Amino acid sequence: MSSTDFATLVRDDRVLTPMYTDEAIFEEEMDRIFKNTWVWVAHASDVPTGNTFKTSWVGREPVIVTRDKQGKIHTLLNRCRHRAASVCEKRKGKASVFVCPYHGWSYDVDGKLRKVPHISGYGEGLDTDDYGLVSLRTEEYNGMIFATFKDDIQPLVEFLGSAKKWIDLFMKQGGGYGVKTLGEHRFRFPGNWKIQLENTTDAYHFPIVHKTFLDSLDPEAENVFQVLAHGGWVEDLGNGHSVMVMIPDLIDLEDNLDAPIPQRFEELAKELAAEGMPDDQVRRVVRAVGGSGFNLNLFPNVACSMAFFRVLRPIEVDETEIMHVAIGMDGGPDAANRMRLRLHEHFQGPMGFGTPDDAEGWERVQRGARAGQDLWVMVNRGVDAPEGVAAPGHNAGDVSAETGMRAAYQMWKRMMTA
Amino acid sequence: MSTIAEPLNRSDAAAAPSLQDAIQFVWAEADMLDRLDYKAWLPLWTEDGRYIVPTERDISDYDDRLNILNDDAEMRQARVKRLLSGFSMSSAPPARTVRTVSRFVPVVVEDGAITLRAAMIMVEYKYERMRTMAADVVYRIVSTADGLKLDRKIVTLVNCDDYQHGIGYLL
Repeated sequence: MSSTDFATLVRDDRVLTPMYTDEAIFEEEMDRIFKNTWVWVAHASDVPTGNTFKTSWVGREPVIVTRDKQGKIHTLLNRCRHRAASVCEKRKGKASVFVCPYHGWSYDVDGKLRKVPHISGYGEGLDTDDYGLVSLRTEEYNGMIFATFKDDIQPLVEFLGSAKKWIDLFMKQGGGYGVKTLGEHRFRFPGNWKIQLENTTDAYHFPIVHKTFLDSLDPEAENVFQVLAHGGWVEDLGNGHSVMVMIPDLIDLEDNLDAPIPQRFEELAKELAAEGMPDDQVRRVVRAVGGSGFNLNLFPNVACSMAFFRVLRPIEVDETEIMHVAIGMDGGPDAANRMRLRLHEHFQGPMGFGTPDDAEGWERVQRGARAGQDLWVMVNRGVDAPEGVAAPGHNAGDVSAETGMRAAYQMWKRMMTA
Repeated sequence: MSTIAEPLNRSDAAAAPSLQDAIQFVWAEADMLDRLDYKAWLPLWTEDGRYIVPTERDISDYDDRLNILNDDAEMRQARVKRLLSGFSMSSAPPARTVRTVSRFVPVVVEDGAITLRAAMIMVEYKYERMRTMAADVVYRIVSTADGLKLDRKIVTLVNCDDYQHGIGYLL
């Protein structure tokens, strides 16, 4: 398919159905998007100290994210340079060396080839400098680690642009402590990755799909989660990124610390006070526990959503894996982190009160998209944002607007036709 | 702490359920879940009962870890309400399931309680598709004045630390 053809798939307010179903388009996306931009691979707390690692993916390619003894972070293709065996099959851990189990080639955590058994067998000599693990360009912003196959693209901070402000706000949920990952739910749905990408800034579906979640909350919390009712908005942040503000009162978790403690956090507040925590710190922690009142979607594969990271991994044109990474307070009170885990389990994951219904919706989109390959998928909702909330010059609409999806699809078009 | 090793929270010591009675109880529970008879399932539990589906194997304390679910009585009730409400897209209708529980091994027999280890194999069907799931399950079953009750059920899927699909029913 030529680049001209890709342009015809995306209009300003709609995209054509083969975007979800055409294998050739999917293959091109893996090259033109996932091998050409910054892709999220880990949070800094996944590799907290020297000689720690986490396995991850850049697009479809397996990588190991490592921190060396000097604290520098590396992203290495998980493939021995000898005969291609993976050199690490653990999810996470500590290692000072990766040894290929097939023929014993060993690599330092920065990817350098350390030792080759019986190296004399290479008659003409083997220069170990030429056979390190392939290392990807890796940069970090406020704990978010991204890697790219593309050495000459703009620095990460430029790529994130206006999204940086929202990342900084999101990390305030550390409540005065650092932010650390607490575990992850992984699940797959039989559908295209862009169906999930659309969902993170789609408030329109929330009261319908998540009615049973809302019904399970106390009246006060239920009101907080009436996301269409609080004057929120969706804002195009450039480069395909967008933010959907659902609960404007919870944009800055360090504001309004004198507000009354919500009913569902009263018990936690008492527990923290009983442990001797001063009142102002109790209030700070309690306000941070429920997470931020917005979803930040970073093109193409990660979102900062309320109190978790949502990472997508394209598997096939009609198969996508999602990781919901629970995050907590690094060094914070156990009671607060336990509360975060229970809140996460309540909504997220394969048996949460929210996720299976989202996944069912996404699967239905994929199944329905078998019909009418010439029909458009509409992303045309959009009314004016409430007065004065979006950054001046930004494209924004009310909280139920499809502004975020349009932002992502315009970036898709730009990258696919570049 | 939620473990099966912590002591039972009860004062009225009684005879432990027999292995045979415990197995019958487990089979009756499995049958209820496949028939979606969740209203009858709720009173099977003790008041302090914990229903846990972990995301990791070989751990002892589940409360400081992320689980797929970690339900006390209140959450079990909310879950059943949700699944039967008709408003949950993933469970209206749910996948059909058929499960079998077998390979029972008594782990601990104590005053008034027996803890069993078992294997569960389950097939789900929905949307022209069959999926097979397998789990190691630990049950703690206690004798009470109202008959046998479920006090702990920990369902560790064989692939608990790998990806799942959306699950719109109970394990």
